[in-house]
Amino acid sequence: MEFADLIKTPKLDGVLLHDPGQAGTGTGAGAPTVGTLCITGHHLLLSARQENSQELWLLHKNIDSVEKRPSLTQNIVVGGIITLKCKDLRIISLEIKSAKEFFNVATSLEALSAIQNTELLYPFFYRPMYTILEDGYTMFRPELEFAKLISGVGMGGVSSPNVANITICMPSTSTTSTTLGSGGGGGIPHPLQNGYAMDALQGGLGGGGSAAIACEWRISNVNRDFSVCATYGATLIVPKAITDEQIVLSAAFRDGGRFPVLSYRHENGATLMRSSQPLSIQGIKRCRADEAILNLVLGRSRKGFIVDTWGKGKSNTETDLHYSQWKKVNRSIGNVSSPASILDSFSRLIEACNDLSCSTDKWLSRLEGSGWLSLVLNSLNASCVVAQCLDQEGSPVLVHGAKGLDSTLIVTSLVQIILNPDCRTVRGIQALIEREWIQAGHPFASRHRYSCYTPSQTRQKTSGATFVLFLDCLYQLYTQFPCSFEFSTQLLILLFEHSHFSQYGTFLCDSERERRELNVHTRTTSLWSYLNRPDVLQTLLNPLYEPNASVIWPSVAPISLELWSDLYLRWVIDQRSCATVMSQIQELVTREKELRTQALKLRKQALELGQEVSEMMSGSADDA
Amino acid sequence: MDFTRFMNKFNEIERQLSPTSALRLSFDNISPETEEPPDGNKRLWGVPVPPFVSDKVVSWIEEEFNEAPVFYNGNTVLKKVENVRMIDRYNTKNPTVGTLYLTATHLIFVEPDSNKETWILHMHVASIEKLPLSTTGSPLLIRCKTFLSVTFVIPKDSECHDVYTSLLKLFQPVSINKLYCFNYQPAKDDFPKNAGWDFFKLEAEFKHMLVPNENWTLCSMNEKYELCDTYPRQIYVPKEATTLMLISSSRFRSKGRLPALTYLHNNKASICRCSQPLSGFSARCLEDEQMLEAIRKTNPNTDYMYVVDTRPRINAMANRAAGKGYENEAFYENIKFHFLGIENIHVQRASLQKVLEACEQKSPTMSAFLNALESSGWLKHIRSILDTSSFIANAVDKGVSVVVHCSDGWDRTAQVCSLAQLMLNPYYRTIKGFQALIEKDWLAFGHKFSERCGHIQTDAREVSPIFTQFLDCTWQLMSQRSESFEFNERFLLILHDHVHSCQFGTFVGNCEKDRLDLKLAERTFSLWGFMANHLNEYINPLYKPNVDESIKANLAPQCIKFWRGMYSRFESGIHPREPLGDLLLDSKEHCNSLEDHVQHLTKRIASFKNYISKSAKKLQDATSNTAKVSKEPASAEINDNKYNYDKKLSELSAADDDHPLKASNMSFASLSLNAEQASAPQTLPEEINSVAVDWKPMRNVTTCSCSTPFDQFTKKTHCWRCGDIFCERCIDKNVALPGHDSGKAVPVCRGCFRQMQMQKQSP
Repeated sequence: MEFADLIKTPKLDGVLLHDPGQAGTGTGAGAPTVGTLCITGHHLLLSARQENSQELWLLHKNIDSVEKRPSLTQNIVVGGIITLKCKDLRIISLEIKSAKEFFNVATSLEALSAIQNTELLYPFFYRPMYTILEDGYTMFRPELEFAKLISGVGMGGVSSPNVANITICMPSTSTTSTTLGSGGGGGIPHPLQNGYAMDALQGGLGGGGSAAIACEWRISNVNRDFSVCATYGATLIVPKAITDEQIVLSAAFRDGGRFPVLSYRHENGATLMRSSQPLSIQGIKRCRADEAILNLVLGRSRKGFIVDTWGKGKSNTETDLHYSQWKKVNRSIGNVSSPASILDSFSRLIEACNDLSCSTDKWLSRLEGSGWLSLVLNSLNASCVVAQCLDQEGSPVLVHGAKGLDSTLIVTSLVQIILNPDCRTVRGIQALIEREWIQAGHPFASRHRYSCYTPSQTRQKTSGATFVLFLDCLYQLYTQFPCSFEFSTQLLILLFEHSHFSQYGTFLCDSERERRELNVHTRTTSLWSYLNRPDVLQTLLNPLYEPNASVIWPSVAPISLELWSDLYLRWVIDQRSCATVMSQIQELVTREKELRTQALKLRKQALELGQEVSEMMSGSADDA
Repeated sequence: MDFTRFMNKFNEIERQLSPTSALRLSFDNISPETEEPPDGNKRLWGVPVPPFVSDKVVSWIEEEFNEAPVFYNGNTVLKKVENVRMIDRYNTKNPTVGTLYLTATHLIFVEPDSNKETWILHMHVASIEKLPLSTTGSPLLIRCKTFLSVTFVIPKDSECHDVYTSLLKLFQPVSINKLYCFNYQPAKDDFPKNAGWDFFKLEAEFKHMLVPNENWTLCSMNEKYELCDTYPRQIYVPKEATTLMLISSSRFRSKGRLPALTYLHNNKASICRCSQPLSGFSARCLEDEQMLEAIRKTNPNTDYMYVVDTRPRINAMANRAAGKGYENEAFYENIKFHFLGIENIHVQRASLQKVLEACEQKSPTMSAFLNALESSGWLKHIRSILDTSSFIANAVDKGVSVVVHCSDGWDRTAQVCSLAQLMLNPYYRTIKGFQALIEKDWLAFGHKFSERCGHIQTDAREVSPIFTQFLDCTWQLMSQRSESFEFNERFLLILHDHVHSCQFGTFVGNCEKDRLDLKLAERTFSLWGFMANHLNEYINPLYKPNVDESIKANLAPQCIKFWRGMYSRFESGIHPREPLGDLLLDSKEHCNSLEDHVQHLTKRIASFKNYISKSAKKLQDATSNTAKVSKEPASAEINDNKYNYDKKLSELSAADDDHPLKASNMSFASLSLNAEQASAPQTLPEEINSVAVDWKPMRNVTTCSCSTPFDQFTKKTHCWRCGDIFCERCIDKNVALPGHDSGKAVPVCRGCFRQMQMQKQSP
């Protein structure tokens, strides 16, 4: 297929652009601008062809829905308005004054925005104009991330050392010779090795010591060809004493083969696991291998928790009989926690946000009716419960919903942000998203194929807004702890956008397996490669950041939640004052730092001169 | 020891213990009945009672308290109950156990373990409710006007009943003369009684708007409140308005509140305010019509003006049946009449009640909270007030004058007139301007503070959160345009609390005449005087003066937010854990300190250099060998490039001392060259040590060194000398630091203060 076949009208003059977002900023006051429309394989481009006028670049993948409103004169179509509703929540309208071109443009855009073939997407065509300093695809290698997880070394910090021949061991159990200590010096990104079997990783007692958990872990490559679980990565971390055969058995017992794997190990040694629900079809009642995994995780602690994010009676759960030491906790995220229903809720929220002319009562009732904030609240709530089990009880926790691809990931990743200060750094959040979302098989491509503007009947069942919900929860944490995050909320908005449409390959496809098949890692550029460039990173830092080593317990009272207006309302309501505030804060903080250095410098100088003066004075006194 | 000395001793102790705490009292508060005849022979607990204490009070106290008084923190305790449990909403499982003290002015709960105190001013109590007995005792629910809601569970029912009845007597006095402000004494050297009362003069505020001028004049007819007793003595009216017009118009308006100028914009468009006309179904008053025409004519730019009735149309219609109503466009020439739909005080009161219920839900879901918030209608009312204010501001901005009224023109009219001015003029967005705005549109034009706030026992139907709404609307504007406001949220909260506390006489009474009759300026302290001493706490660190002339509010429902910081202020668990406002304010102060220090050091360096250059010359002339020898070891010690560079520089400046280009630089140096300073480099270390370059980070500081725990509304203050963090009580000293150039008195902790005193004594 050639793009040229889809593009019926590559260029068109005299198109009127209505952009209500411009009205919000007060510049255009809603007056349409006339310009030339260009349609390329991946972009829609609208230029007013004037000095100092902004060009509009729109990735076709960004277009969520194309609405046509033909204008009729005596029942004959003489052109019309095409309304483009975008995944970045923007709505723009193109007014075209010719019937033929109107239909041509509309059909072209419809076809281009609906391209299903992943290899035709922009990331496969995009070539960065800069040299890549650090390849994002090898930055967060699973082996390394897991090693850090187990050893408690800061995650996502150092660049990859060559791990091929290093045995990683814990300081407390120094049975093996070499340690991880080669620390970042190597710097040579190691190519992915499929058949590479890692030496045993030994998890010892953590700093806390109170939780008597001594489960040892190893890296397993049982899933190297993705046959055990299609949605997991190739490298997984499992209890050391569990054989690959047991894993295969456990996978057969779990929905989609997602057997329990390690997600996070807290500093007190308590572990967070995730999986999918157990199956109860064809008379399978129990799986001894699955029980063995959980029992090993339990170690010497008396009880563990299984947190169900899907809701009682809706998902299968482990039987009390066979998992007697595990206490089941229900913390469902919504009445219906399916990704599609989360997207429905998001859709209702955005619809309410875009209606500026409604009454206050109507707005509040629509906000309530959307159920979005309830989802946010419940997600935070569930995460806090899990975090509490880990931090305060020191007990292991297994989190699962139904398939373990959505609400499960929200909870496991939020728990880590709450508990682990490393996850609140720029590198840490990237590592977390890589580990808990991309490697963990959250199907970004399916979930984000359609977004909130596509009518719910035309959306696929696999569509969802789980990741958006996660970002919103993260935003809530941010508003409550604005000084504990190294990055600013701009990074969250950037992640929101790139997870829907991007020139980078990071969020392509549904799983590691698909990415491997398409060679995404070699054929596209990673978003992380771009983000970690110093000039880009600089714009995403939080001026108020002060490292906070402690756990951040958020308030989960309804009154504490805030609507993320910076994202949801940015095209309809001027958010400039928000930006002004940020820049002023930046100014103030920089000024404080500068003054401090200046004061110290002057002090030194003054003391030196003072010394000299006093010597001269004593000298002159001597002379006298 | 006689009683007076006894009392003085208390006051002294009290000052020592809590010198800056605003909410304090003195012993004489238990006897506020000044009207009673004196009787020198009374004795209470063996001590003579001062003459102004009535028999009634003595017998009441004796009846109520058989034993001699107990004191807490220097306050006479009328009742002390131990083992009381305090329950707040988010902490129902683990109530704190402590001791409850009832004093003449406060209810104090002390948690012995954590050293935490909860002080409730009786004046702040809105309602007291005895809840049904529970297994642990009898609960007493106290709701405050500050939106604190707390339940004390008292083990014995009889004791609970005692506290309950005492509080009932104390929280809302019958007579206005018994309000707290008539007894309140600030700490000894805090500020004098007259401070603040003369900060704002109506004439000065109008002069600020260039009134009187060729169109507007001061009307002297209300000097003795003959025209309208709820208006100020000085009212400004169009020059064209004749005496007849003024009198007739006043008679034709409800409560005599004739149209008077409140704001004149720089484009000659004005805002005038009045009450509804007594038009009924058909009555008209020619003079009133002429009066409005005269107002229109003061603005030559347009041939019409707006008359804004802030009420919903239906309310105005209903008023017609009572002989009141609104202007008929057919009778009044050149006006455009608008209804703008703000509900009356009763609706607003009920709405606030529902908001508080929404906040008090026990473990609410998100939906339950949003539903409750919606059904309260509070945000709807806030939005309609802002909407009306924006309408007025936009009209004036475009050059059209506006006359505003509601029913009596002292509630909704006050709200929208002041908010419109806040939008139009950056002056009103400063601390001083905002206070002036309150003085003008609320106090002078007769907003009935005492009735609306329920200062004394009165018709409950007169109480309404009108001023609270004004503050809420201001907060909405602030959260949309934070860089345009000089003050911060704390400023609004302090205002709100003191409007209700009656600690200061500023908001006592219902109009200017009331306040004059009560002689408040002589008998009480002014809030403005108090605030002037705490201005640094009210600064918005992000304020940019004069960013723009007028600001516009965004009125989309999505932009009107619930003011958690006001209505749920005391729910300590629900607020951001890292309060940005406080942190930034602190950074700002730190910057100020550093700037001052840098300035000082720069001058010191300049003077040193000057000295060196001068003596270098002398040395060159006089000696050659000895000086060099003595200097060598020093330069060997600090063998630093920068040092050498500086030395060279000083030599250089010494060399071309007469160079014309150096002149300005040198004159600056010589100006700042304080002979004493230059000859005293030994004081430099002390100067340097007197300013903290690094301030202790605020995060994770949970208690002051006096072991008072910090919660999110206790202000943490840095000592500018040592950089440590203290609570308000511990940082009550302000002194000038030797390392600062400006010599401004800045906050230092007690330890640093003592050290500095010692240094002074032994130089």
